[in-house]
Amino acid sequence: MRPRVPALAAAAMAFVLLLAGCSGEDSSRTDGKITLRFQSLAWQEESVAANKELVKEWNATHPRVRVEYVQGSWDSVHDQLLTSFEGGEAPDIIHDASDDLADFAYGGYLADLRGLLPARLTADIPRQSWETTTFGDGVHGVPFLQEPRVLIANKKILDASGARIPTPREPWSWEEFRGVAKKLTAHLGEGRYGVAWPLKDPVSATLNLGLSAGGRMFQRGADDKVRIEFTDADAVVPGTVHDQVTVDGSASPTALGGGGSDALPGFFAGKYAMVPLGFSYRQQIAQQAPEGFEWTVLPAPAGRAGLAQGVSPQTLSVAEDSPYKKEAVAFIDFLLRPANMVRLAKGDWMLPTGRQALADPSLRTAENGWATGAALARHLRSAPAQSVRGYPEWKDKVATPALQEYYSGGIDRAELRKRLVKDGNLVLARYQRQ
Amino acid sequence: MRTGRAGRAGQYLALLAYLVFLAFPFLWLVSTAFKPPGELASLHPTWIPRNPTLENFRQAFGEQPLLRAAANSLVIALAAALVAVVVATPMAYVTARHRTRLSKAVTGWVVVSQAFPFVLLIIPLFLILKNLQLVNTLTGLVLVYVVWSLPFALWMLTGYVRAVPAELEEAAAVDGAGRARILVSVTAPLLAPGIAATAMFAFITAWNEFFFALVLLKTPEKQTLPVVLTHFLGAEGVADLGPLAAAAFLATIPSLVIFAIIQKRITGGMLAGAVKH
Repeated sequence: MRPRVPALAAAAMAFVLLLAGCSGEDSSRTDGKITLRFQSLAWQEESVAANKELVKEWNATHPRVRVEYVQGSWDSVHDQLLTSFEGGEAPDIIHDASDDLADFAYGGYLADLRGLLPARLTADIPRQSWETTTFGDGVHGVPFLQEPRVLIANKKILDASGARIPTPREPWSWEEFRGVAKKLTAHLGEGRYGVAWPLKDPVSATLNLGLSAGGRMFQRGADDKVRIEFTDADAVVPGTVHDQVTVDGSASPTALGGGGSDALPGFFAGKYAMVPLGFSYRQQIAQQAPEGFEWTVLPAPAGRAGLAQGVSPQTLSVAEDSPYKKEAVAFIDFLLRPANMVRLAKGDWMLPTGRQALADPSLRTAENGWATGAALARHLRSAPAQSVRGYPEWKDKVATPALQEYYSGGIDRAELRKRLVKDGNLVLARYQRQ
Repeated sequence: MRTGRAGRAGQYLALLAYLVFLAFPFLWLVSTAFKPPGELASLHPTWIPRNPTLENFRQAFGEQPLLRAAANSLVIALAAALVAVVVATPMAYVTARHRTRLSKAVTGWVVVSQAFPFVLLIIPLFLILKNLQLVNTLTGLVLVYVVWSLPFALWMLTGYVRAVPAELEEAAAVDGAGRARILVSVTAPLLAPGIAATAMFAFITAWNEFFFALVLLKTPEKQTLPVVLTHFLGAEGVADLGPLAAAAFLATIPSLVIFAIIQKRITGGMLAGAVKH
């Protein structure tokens, strides 16, 4: 038998050459032009197209500052960005959600945009939206898209029940909502429900809607430390869901463990009359609803604080390590011009934060519930917990299991209060030791 | 103990149930890939789409550079599998044939190293690759996958080497063959099924891996298929289900083809080994 060693050596050499061919750093920034990397998390077809078109338009009119579109992913974005920041390889312009920014902002990874942002953009976005990206003294992102939680209802069932149809001017109170859900359940009959709460992630929905009833849950003291309280106002939203599921039988117990998409088949089949969902779910409903299915968008119920609810807007930030912060902010300013913000909002089926974009007639039509959403925009506030250190641990280890048990009837309100407050404050205290 | 007819029927039934269980996700994926949006959200889903459509495939290819990503994945996975077996085979030989305390300690360490979570490793790994100027290169990712799959590959191959009778090597040595010649001409052919199985393992590991690829590859031209697949997912797990299923279905095809090819090799190698023994 002939030795095969020379053949193996040749194969190994060819392989090394192949790998060498695979290598190569990007060659940007070598010809005197600036190249900025913009990592976008847009994912819906129209939204990706709008982002790419805007990058193209920028590049056509700004030959000195080229923007490179990089498709990011919502999946694992936090770990990906953290690694990139640690390694000094972060994109110049970063698309994320405001509730993901706190660690990066406090860690010094995101540029403070004060002094860089143009007055037009600063003035166009309302103060309460800027609060979602303000950490400490700095502003670490530009909030540009947001979505309230709304009630999406089966129009035929709702009309047939004779219930009053709520509007942003005259929304349902939480008590009225409970009554309507009972009425719809009675109207629908056995095995069908007035409402399906998809609460796979129950904490953000509960806290954000809780603002309408005056709930705050996270109280910042004079010593700047945050403590958890659970007042009667905080109990309105969880109490309503709990009672609908376990007392009234007007909310589906099986829908509780699922996400929004999981509830849609039952909604389309008439099993549920209403589903509380994020505003952008309208895209899925418009696309997937069977022919002839009529649906309508209603404001979420209001409490003593009116229609207020918490949101974590999508944001654009600039990496602290970027040597071209001014150029990056100029691109953000271009991307968020009112007409462009409208294009981005329509692509994502969300609401723009900018006042001028929000006034665009195409976002004020009754079609697909745009007008209802636009009317809610001024009531949107910063999500209550997004800048609280220790919130992710409290959410995962304390609040999620406690709320899930409470909603399914496993524990009562006293036990819920004990867990959220007592166990929760122990968690927060660990993060707030000096 | 002989198995009666009823017992055999029961065994076949259990096997069939197991096969159905294994095939279910794949068949459901194929079914979903051909369903129009209205059928995706039906309360009474059907196995066979009522109105099959290619629209999901059109949308998937229109939205994302799937072919380019598949080509990247293929290059990376093939390279990772090749390097892993080339490196692991002699290592496995040494570990199997020279059973000292050191080789036992090495084997123990190899097994323990599999317990480290990705997140713990990624930042130091990123910094090392950055210093080597291998971030955002396919080479860097291949190196990571080789290092990642090497311990298990070594473990697998060590078992296969132990199954090759040492007497055959001794006979070759008596005939005057050197160590390298014995390894290449005698041991390696008998190890073929093990090498093929290990290569398959390394290939699948690299083909499916998501997190390292997400973090280490920055430019769109270099992204791999698992990373591109996540572009069909939105915040809070919302998914563009039809195009995602279509893209995921396509992503399984290369693995199936390569597995089909290698499976023949595994079977052939096993028979060859049996005859020689």
